[in-house]
Amino acid sequence: MTAVPTPVLQLAGITKSFVGVRALAGVDLRLHAGEVHALMGQNGAGKSTLIKVLTGVYPADAGTIRIAGEAIRPRSPLDAQHLGISTVYQEVNLCPNLSVAENVFAGRYPRKRGMIAWRAMEAQTRALLARLSLDIDVTRLLSSYPVAVQQMVAIARALAVSAKVLVLDEPTSSLDEEEVRRLFQVLRRLRDEGMAILFVTHFLDQVYEIADRITVLRNGELVGEYRVEQLPAPALVAAMVGREIAARREAAPVPLAEGGRAALVELRGLGSKGLVQPTDLALRAGEVVGLAGLLGSGRTELARLLFGLERADQGELHVRGAPERVDKPARAVALGMALMPEDRKTDGIVGELSLRENIVLALQARRGVLRNLTAQEQSQLAEGFVRALGIKTASLDTPIAQLSGGNQQKALLARWLATKPSLLILDEPTRGIDVAAKQEVMDEILRLAGEGMAVLFISSEIDEVVRVAQRIAVLRDRRKVGELPAGSQEHDVYRMIAEES
Amino acid sequence: MKLLQHRLFWPVVTLVLLLAVNAAVNSSFLRLAVRDGHLYGSLVDILKGAAPLGLVALGMTLVIATRGIDISVGAVVAIAGGVAAWMIGGSLVIHDGVSTYVSRFPMPLAIVCALAVAALCGAWNGALVAWVGMQPIIATLVLMVAGRGIAQLITNGQIITVYYAPFFFVGNGYWAGLPFPFLLAAAVFLVMAWLVRRTALGLFIEAVGINPAAAHLAGLPARRITFWAYVFCGLCAGIAGLVVSSTVKSADGNNAGLLMELDAILAVTLGGTSLTGGRFSLAGSAIGALIIQTLTYLIYSFGVPPEVNLVVKAAVVFAVMLLQSPEFRRTLAQLARRPLPAQEATR
Repeated sequence: MTAVPTPVLQLAGITKSFVGVRALAGVDLRLHAGEVHALMGQNGAGKSTLIKVLTGVYPADAGTIRIAGEAIRPRSPLDAQHLGISTVYQEVNLCPNLSVAENVFAGRYPRKRGMIAWRAMEAQTRALLARLSLDIDVTRLLSSYPVAVQQMVAIARALAVSAKVLVLDEPTSSLDEEEVRRLFQVLRRLRDEGMAILFVTHFLDQVYEIADRITVLRNGELVGEYRVEQLPAPALVAAMVGREIAARREAAPVPLAEGGRAALVELRGLGSKGLVQPTDLALRAGEVVGLAGLLGSGRTELARLLFGLERADQGELHVRGAPERVDKPARAVALGMALMPEDRKTDGIVGELSLRENIVLALQARRGVLRNLTAQEQSQLAEGFVRALGIKTASLDTPIAQLSGGNQQKALLARWLATKPSLLILDEPTRGIDVAAKQEVMDEILRLAGEGMAVLFISSEIDEVVRVAQRIAVLRDRRKVGELPAGSQEHDVYRMIAEES
Repeated sequence: MKLLQHRLFWPVVTLVLLLAVNAAVNSSFLRLAVRDGHLYGSLVDILKGAAPLGLVALGMTLVIATRGIDISVGAVVAIAGGVAAWMIGGSLVIHDGVSTYVSRFPMPLAIVCALAVAALCGAWNGALVAWVGMQPIIATLVLMVAGRGIAQLITNGQIITVYYAPFFFVGNGYWAGLPFPFLLAAAVFLVMAWLVRRTALGLFIEAVGINPAAAHLAGLPARRITFWAYVFCGLCAGIAGLVVSSTVKSADGNNAGLLMELDAILAVTLGGTSLTGGRFSLAGSAIGALIIQTLTYLIYSFGVPPEVNLVVKAAVVFAVMLLQSPEFRRTLAQLARRPLPAQEATR
């Protein structure tokens, strides 16, 4: 460490505002050849914006970007790619209906006498994928491969344009452990070949596994740049959150006296052919019930069935002791249920509508078309939730699509809390948000249950279920296999999942 | 600056420009006169002439806001006009030596029936889209094609002439000095504007248009909202059909409301409502209808031969659309500014 080498990529004083909200304020970032650099921060800290500035999606309001000392100003992702900056996004942005080779070379097919040189293209694709130790049939459609492979193809595409800088925006959020391990192998090899890799993730353990240095952002500002060994996990979280987070709450849930209270909502053999096997489940006021199971075990399907998004063809549903037929969400809402869907973008937000309109939507739907909330009533309601949940926004009239993911999630929670539900169903409420926000969400769940709300909490992260739930229903193969009491450990859940299989 | 960003800014600018060109070409264009207690003049003609299109465009706005489209409205105009004309008709009766025309059925009944048939057409479209799940353009294509046949059946393949004088008032009458068709369209506009902004209907329609899945999940009756939007669109086309058949005192199953669906879609688009659904503007659609009528007026006053009329119209519409596209304006602004190459700019 004698001479400080010139960074491959250097961002200095990057500033960017959106209609009044400052997303980035004078942020610096240095990326050296042959390193994996983690970019960390809470939701809304400015990670996505910084990456979009770097890759030419947005122009910066101020600041400079230099590649190998040369000032650049990428105008579009394509332009950035020509300058040597390639990006692999969280959601793979390739064309599923093209072949693997076509995807790798889309837009710059090798030609021979004016015709596309298919053979050469396929051979080059195979060579590129071999660098990533991937041996697949490159003539098959991309959609015939799992997401992990598609991601590798995206990386291969980035390599094919001889990138100097590879940006990975949450590449691991949809991969399983084995796939993450293979991805990391590839990243290490690329690093050793001298590539500079910028890595954005929410998983702390992955940072320590792969990263050499860490840059932390908070509220659009640079907190600092650290070598990974200088910044142990608690210090990293503190840097992201800006305060020492309270020691993790242990065994907060208190077991309820069994049968002491009548069930608010009771499923008696409720099921739907091909979707969920007949299920018994009781949900009581003031109780958090966790729904645990592996991917595809039927967690989301059960929630959708309960909420009337799918039709039950067997069993009964009792609400407050009376049998009910819930065949559409409107009916579920009328009975006091609320569902935070798994996919916020497609099932949750109404993008072009304002934050205010998004917050009042469910309440207004419940009141019907004629009992209109006045603009003033809407604003008061929305204002209250913006303050109570700490939603960051330029104004109540900002289209919700312009808010960061975490703030959208809070706005959706506000939408349901406005209807004063007696049962809140949360499907993966902590997905894609950072540790501190996860803690906030779980505290909020416990607080709501404390106020007497029944909560059904669904998460693929079993440690979260164990921590927050007073009772855990375990699903396997679209069937409930048992229940566990409060205080159960993660391995108890796994054992129940594994039993009899 | 704020004015520039208002969604109605460009539609209004377009309309004012067209009116200005009209005034420049024809010196008497802006002149208004009162004769027999009625307002006369080119501007009044435009208001009157734009009424049927405006009515259809208002209904179309709601359908487009739900992410749909209704290309059957022209046929519905013909059907409603046909029903009204057939039921009213008029036959010469000589009573006490005085000859009068008497309608076949009472006129109020005929009007109610015509509107009911139009609403039924809308309900058919709405059911196909909302419950059967057909693509709106295909679902309404069915009635667009079949509707002409239905209109022919009603009129027996002939042009039905109406002789019953009270019916002429709908299309040609004046009330408080203003043409009745205009007042009718204005009334429909006011009722809709009230419904959309003073009840939650506007919010619901926009939510359904932008993200139907999320709207459904939030407890909105998304399908019912879509269905009623089509019913309402059919009803609006029915009212327009009454005006059209009353104006020309006849019903022509073949040609009444021909290509009106395209003009209506154009009016909605000119008014700033996106065809992808969601945010909509009723006032914009009304202005859009006025733009089209003013343009037609302009083309006639230029003395363009009818054969090339449509080409001229298309060219002007193309220019207007370009002017209203933010993308195009940005490109224009950039070209005007002539940015420096990246390297020089950073030095």
